[in-house]
Amino acid sequence: MTLHLLTVLVLAIFVGFEVISKVPTTLHTPLMSATNAIHGVVLVGAIITVAALFGAHAHTPVMTVLAITAVTFGAINVFGGFAVTERMLQMFRRRENPSK
Amino acid sequence: MSATVTTLLDLLAIALFILGLHFLNSPPSARFGNRLAMLGMFIALVVVLVGTLNTGWWAVAVGVFLGALIGIVAAVRVKMTAMPQMVALYNGAGGGAAALVSTVELAVAHTRHGALDPLVAVSLVLSAAIGAISFAGSIIAFLKLQELMSGRPVTYLGQQFVNAVVALAIAALIAVFIWHLAVVPSWVYPALVVGALLFGVLFVLPIGGADMPVVISLLNSATGVAVAITGFELSNELLITGGALVGASGTILTVAMSKAMNRPLTNVLFGAFGAHGGQEVAGTGGPQNVRSVSVDDVAAMLAYASKVMIVPGYGMAVAQAQHSVKALEDQLEKRGVKVLYAIHPVAGRMPGHMNVLLAEANVPYESLLDLDAANAEFPTTDVALVIGANDVTNPAARTVKSSPIYGMPILDVDKAANVVVLKRSMRSGFAGIENPLYELPNTSMLFGDAKASVDALVAAVKEL
Repeated sequence: MTLHLLTVLVLAIFVGFEVISKVPTTLHTPLMSATNAIHGVVLVGAIITVAALFGAHAHTPVMTVLAITAVTFGAINVFGGFAVTERMLQMFRRRENPSK
Repeated sequence: MSATVTTLLDLLAIALFILGLHFLNSPPSARFGNRLAMLGMFIALVVVLVGTLNTGWWAVAVGVFLGALIGIVAAVRVKMTAMPQMVALYNGAGGGAAALVSTVELAVAHTRHGALDPLVAVSLVLSAAIGAISFAGSIIAFLKLQELMSGRPVTYLGQQFVNAVVALAIAALIAVFIWHLAVVPSWVYPALVVGALLFGVLFVLPIGGADMPVVISLLNSATGVAVAITGFELSNELLITGGALVGASGTILTVAMSKAMNRPLTNVLFGAFGAHGGQEVAGTGGPQNVRSVSVDDVAAMLAYASKVMIVPGYGMAVAQAQHSVKALEDQLEKRGVKVLYAIHPVAGRMPGHMNVLLAEANVPYESLLDLDAANAEFPTTDVALVIGANDVTNPAARTVKSSPIYGMPILDVDKAANVVVLKRSMRSGFAGIENPLYELPNTSMLFGDAKASVDALVAAVKEL
């Protein structure tokens, strides 16, 4: 199981370097906000944790608040990250009349 | 949902993340890429909500509602000039979430069985530590960028030593936690988190405004790493892949930024920024021998040029002058002047900051030249118009070996026939280094607020 996860990690790192090194400098800010949204996948982890917390009947008020905060942070990343990337990318446009 | 279906859908989500990032390789396809990544995230969330969340749904509902509300309102309202602090906050939220997930997982593990699985334990403390560092560091970066605290480097005697001690303490606590897994004293984990938060604060404090592009990229990378490690804790491929992709992206940007500032990455990682800030006072000597010109002179120079290169810097962002700059471009193009933009990789406060501001002002992205392309154009440029940029145009970086920025790749504006520098005053740039560009015979200075000056130029060009 551990080896399998390590394989996934190493392959993902290689793919990441390969794909992202092709992003042009002009799109580096949208790239950052898009990656903000993608590390928002931690929201999936936060949801798994909430299920574990309630499933184990370990939901003390403190832990419940921490778990909800984790979900909130993850959701901020996902929704905010994609929305702001979309907003920025709408602004990038070609020259309208290729005159010269 | 069967385990096979879950795994396949997660794999689909991962593929969509990668394809999404792939399509960010050009502006026309980038929106499609963003949508693909969105679809991937939607699938991932449906899978976990349907497949895993059998209890505690109300807590998820509250969190997602709050997060979506905050995230979307912020995304719609944020000004493009404020993107760096926005991204800093997003980095912090991701790191914070990773640390919180680890904390809650630890509490759950305590109620279930005594000792943790060693792999889970290692990833748990690492994701908590890195997540907390990224969270606290990002908050400081945000406060500096939002100017809620001074953007100047905060340095004090023995700073490196204090940072090293805190870092060692964190490492020691991690070791204690893993070695004594069965009987970890209850104070170890909270102490570890507090230490990591403290380190995050201490590590960003000595870093000043112009170095922010490096810090933001580094924190972005750290958050990705924290999320990937959280994936090991939960045995979840989605988190591992998503986190690794972001870690790779942040690392590429960090390396690109430190190259653009001629700072080795080790120098960045071990926080030698303080030393750089210390040299600040060195160059604030007497008044330089500069030539100041009027708006009308500059307007005539621009209007009768055949090629003008605009060199924007953070000063343009501060003055919110991007729309005025676009108006000037339009006036000049009406007269047949070719207008291009030269963008240094570290102009602004984050990677690609200037490009987004100019895109907001409707400047087509084909007109934005990167360092190499711009430097190929300067020798045939009639006027280089420098708006709020300083250190990235400093020819001392090429020639003066003793200069703190010696070796940093710069925009060769001095190779243009004429250089006009729009500047608020003769105060030196953020790094506090004198710029000999201003004393060159082909350089003229137009003093004043960037936006007011550009507006005046637009009016004057119209009159001609």
